[in-house]
Amino acid sequence: MIGIEHYLTVAAVLFVIGIFGLFLNRKNVIILLMSIELMLLAVNINLVAFSSFAGDLVGQVFTLFILTVAAAEAAIGLAILVCFFRNRGSIAVEDVNVMKG
Amino acid sequence: MIQSDLNIILPEIVIAIYAMLALLGAVYTGKDKMAGMLVWLTAALFVAMAAWIGSTGSGENAAFGGMFIDDAFSRFAKIMILLAAAAILLMSQEYMARLGSLRFEYPVLIALGAVGMMTMVSAGDLMTLYMGLELQSLTLYILASMRRDNVKSNEAGLKYFVLGALASGILLYGASLTYGYAGTTQFSGIIASAEGQAPLGLLFGMVLVMIGLAFKVSAVPFHMWTPDVYEGAPTPVTAYFATAPKVAAMALLARTLYDAYGGVVGDWQQILAVLSVLSIFLGSIAAIGQRDIKRMMAYSTIAHMGFALMGLAGGGAFGVQAMLIYMAIYVAMDIGAFTFILTMQRDGQPVTDIRSLNNFSNSHPARGLAMLILMFSLAGVPPFLGFFGKIYVLRAAYVGGLTWLAVLGVIASVIGAYYYLRIVYLMYFGEEGETLDPPRSPVLWSILMASAAVMVIGVINLFGIEGIAQAAAATLIK
Repeated sequence: MIGIEHYLTVAAVLFVIGIFGLFLNRKNVIILLMSIELMLLAVNINLVAFSSFAGDLVGQVFTLFILTVAAAEAAIGLAILVCFFRNRGSIAVEDVNVMKG
Repeated sequence: MIQSDLNIILPEIVIAIYAMLALLGAVYTGKDKMAGMLVWLTAALFVAMAAWIGSTGSGENAAFGGMFIDDAFSRFAKIMILLAAAAILLMSQEYMARLGSLRFEYPVLIALGAVGMMTMVSAGDLMTLYMGLELQSLTLYILASMRRDNVKSNEAGLKYFVLGALASGILLYGASLTYGYAGTTQFSGIIASAEGQAPLGLLFGMVLVMIGLAFKVSAVPFHMWTPDVYEGAPTPVTAYFATAPKVAAMALLARTLYDAYGGVVGDWQQILAVLSVLSIFLGSIAAIGQRDIKRMMAYSTIAHMGFALMGLAGGGAFGVQAMLIYMAIYVAMDIGAFTFILTMQRDGQPVTDIRSLNNFSNSHPARGLAMLILMFSLAGVPPFLGFFGKIYVLRAAYVGGLTWLAVLGVIASVIGAYYYLRIVYLMYFGEEGETLDPPRSPVLWSILMASAAVMVIGVINLFGIEGIAQAAAATLIK
């Protein structure tokens, strides 16, 4: 029998992979966008699992909102990335370094 | 039923519809030629909405089954946000036009961002919180990279986007855990489920939501995006980042902590105290080595957010009141300081190097004096307004039993005074050198003088915001 803890574990693992993807990746900004998407989808798994096990629809409504916003976010991220590429000629994470912080 | 709900969110609806109409109208007519007019129109709409909210709003109203709350607290924050955004719009016109970046999207994006911020401070549900936060953040990502042809601006947008999305993800993970363990996303339900022994999952969720929001207010250790984004973004946008969104995020933090997690005050109070002390010290110390005035202001923002968090950590109605007063004063000071930065130019080119201020007051005594007042106020030197803000939050920490926090706050503000006073020193006693241009825009000049005047005149009675802030705080603390 698959219980809620299995779903939560999968979601937690995906979420952590997403965070590590953000911090360990040194090559490509596109991978950062993928990692962000992975984190949001992990949250969605969490919400749907909770919602289905509690018999409450609110969590699934929340998931739809997150999916919509994630699409808008990816669009904006890619648009900024295109601008960056035009000026800098590269989308390597190492090249995002004009300012040191 | 739906009619009364819509009445409650009417200000947000009006601004959202205005933004869409302005976008369509500008696309079908003059495009960027309309930008100047749209800037003034949007600013006028903001001021009108602020007056409307201030004059007609009363009582506590909940719309859409408690998802959207309109009370004295949210009205206070909304008026602050709208007025700050209107001031920023007026400040930006001349500067952005000179850089060729005054596009018609600029006022439209600020209007949409204002809708997002107003939604944030009225959130009564995790979903409303998330939607408001994202609407605000998405417009900010675009605004940061508004100068499409400038690599620094692009980089600022990219960094802000990646780290902001990370913060949203963490916040959402916390929201999902809260939902799972409380069984509802509504704040009133969450607080009810935390009575007595709060489940561990709920506490985890609360900590993650707090991390997400701490990112937005740039509290240490979640501040790393702030200096780069502030330096890279166009200066008017930086001024915007430092004011309206900070108010919105701070108000949202207060509302979430009290409305949703008010059952576990002791747990989040210690987290806030740690965030506060780290922010104050890092903000004060790291600013000392900065040469770029925008970067310096970024660290100054971090330190000021630490002080506002100190008020919140103090707890109780007095703590929230102190936070609100501190934020109002901080916004007024920062608008003035950034207006000054906007007027800094040499041969028509904007400069941000602190050393360019050498001997500034000799050639521009009025502007030098205004900046002196603003810097003293930011440093918290009596008798200027900033001092009273600091007194309030320090007292809130003391009353809340966090004496050690108040003592550390005083020490850090003495350290922080160094870099504010260094600017004053350079302006008055710096070496002879090339001077900066005289101010070109009468609008900027008047905003700078008005903001400096506020710092002096405000000490009489703080413009009466004490009572309003007290009433606002009282609605939050049940």
